[in-house]
Amino acid sequence: MEAVFLAMVLMLSIFLGFELISKVPATLHTPLMSGANAISGITIVGALISAGGESGAMSSYLGAAAVMFAMINVAGGYLVTNRMLSMFKKKDTSQTGGKS
Amino acid sequence: MSTVMINLWYVVAAALFIFGLKQLGSPATAVRGNVLSSLAMVIAIAVTLLNKEILTFELILVAALIGAVIGAITAQKVEMTSMPEMVALFNGSGGIASLMVGWAALYNMGNTTFTDVTILLSIVIGGMTFSGSILAWGKLSEVMTSAAVVFGAQRIVNAGILVGLVVCSVLFCMDPSVDSPYLYAVIALSLLFGVMAVLPIGGADMPVVISLLNSYSGLAACAAGFAINNNILIVAGSMVGAAGIILTNIMCKAMNRSLGHVLFSGFGAVKQATKVEGEVKPIVAEDAFLILEAAQSVTFVPGYGMAVAQAQHVVRELGELLEKNGAEVTYAIHPVAGRMPGHMNVLLAEANVPYDQLVEMEDINPRIDNVDVAVVIGANDVVNPSARNDENSPIYGMPIINVDQARTVFVLKRSMGSGFSGVDNPLFFGDNTRMLFGDAKQSIAAVVAEFKG
Repeated sequence: MEAVFLAMVLMLSIFLGFELISKVPATLHTPLMSGANAISGITIVGALISAGGESGAMSSYLGAAAVMFAMINVAGGYLVTNRMLSMFKKKDTSQTGGKS
Repeated sequence: MSTVMINLWYVVAAALFIFGLKQLGSPATAVRGNVLSSLAMVIAIAVTLLNKEILTFELILVAALIGAVIGAITAQKVEMTSMPEMVALFNGSGGIASLMVGWAALYNMGNTTFTDVTILLSIVIGGMTFSGSILAWGKLSEVMTSAAVVFGAQRIVNAGILVGLVVCSVLFCMDPSVDSPYLYAVIALSLLFGVMAVLPIGGADMPVVISLLNSYSGLAACAAGFAINNNILIVAGSMVGAAGIILTNIMCKAMNRSLGHVLFSGFGAVKQATKVEGEVKPIVAEDAFLILEAAQSVTFVPGYGMAVAQAQHVVRELGELLEKNGAEVTYAIHPVAGRMPGHMNVLLAEANVPYDQLVEMEDINPRIDNVDVAVVIGANDVVNPSARNDENSPIYGMPIINVDQARTVFVLKRSMGSGFSGVDNPLFFGDNTRMLFGDAKQSIAAVVAEFKG
């Protein structure tokens, strides 16, 4: 039953994802991609449980390595998305902002 | 904190991810969307740390700190031109993380066969995302050749790897154990498969690959969610998967090619395009200035060549001068210009071009015949009229920006070579086309100097 429930969650989220993203203007494709990329670092949640759990040394080490890699993805992804988005300006403000 | 409480917080995080993604869809709210989505991530991480199963924190702290520092430094340092490489690397690190989460989940007690299958899925998808992304990074940063690498038995080899993956996975599931040799075989084969999948894809098709790898990194997280029975991984992962698929689809449509065609065949020039002959009409910066000065409307059409020449800042300067001169200035951007979706938009935004001046292909084409001067900077295939006229052309049917229908076209080009696809471009021989040979940055700078002088 658990599997069926998870499959249901999966199905609904995929539809939701399609709905949310299908109308994004081309201008934002790169930030959207790097922002989505940062979200895929959610795997860190799984990594944390393995790293801190008591399923043995190997499991902890694998988990810790996964925490590191996922953290690169999360921290890097959000920061670079923010950096990119802050460069997008409307016409009126474009004169004041310097090169960031 | 009890498991129920943790899961309730995951629901909050999921809702914030959804709002965040929604707000990323419009330039005005995108910054807030990204903040919301990062807040969701912080919540998800924080409540996970309160999980009773987590007993030791030293390892976690060290690992997280190292990862955060590496991520933060790269995010600050990276040049906007190298954004595709960096997204590829981030995708790769997400992929390997999911592989390891799946692998570590094998050490849990009492896994069902269903769990074992999902563990294998997260290993396979994570593994191929990782190696594929590393290879894509290699191609994008030109550590290796960016051309499509195609060899005769490629399909047979790929089919072999795929069969091997399935066989080893089945054998593993029949007797799952952490020291099963089939586990190592599956890991090795999935890494190999990622390499083989990206190898035959050439530089200009990179937007498709980056989008697809982005999708895979989400799906890998999603599979890892099944492996450890975690809702938030499934929700967030599958949304990323869907986002990647949508972008992949947009990119494929913009090249008039199916995903299968991009993935399984290099840009094969099966058909011989009609040979184009004619005379090119080169001009110098001074003449270009005189024409631009008289123009009422000017459209810049940037391509990957602009990124290579780092010409975006001088282009913006010229754009501002033209506006002061009374011309209407727009930047027309083809969906697959550059090496990742929206690459040109980011470069121009970096150079302070306001986003309301950036127009999409569908918006500029209907009014292109009212454009006095179209300035093509380092773009080639996306403005090649044979995509429209020449049924024999390999790029026939691909939607292009119809710059040849503008009153005058300037093409900035290093020399008379053909584009990535190796297709001749009749645009260069058009009656209304003027060629401005040389480095794009220097050519534009020369025109700017004329304006100022």
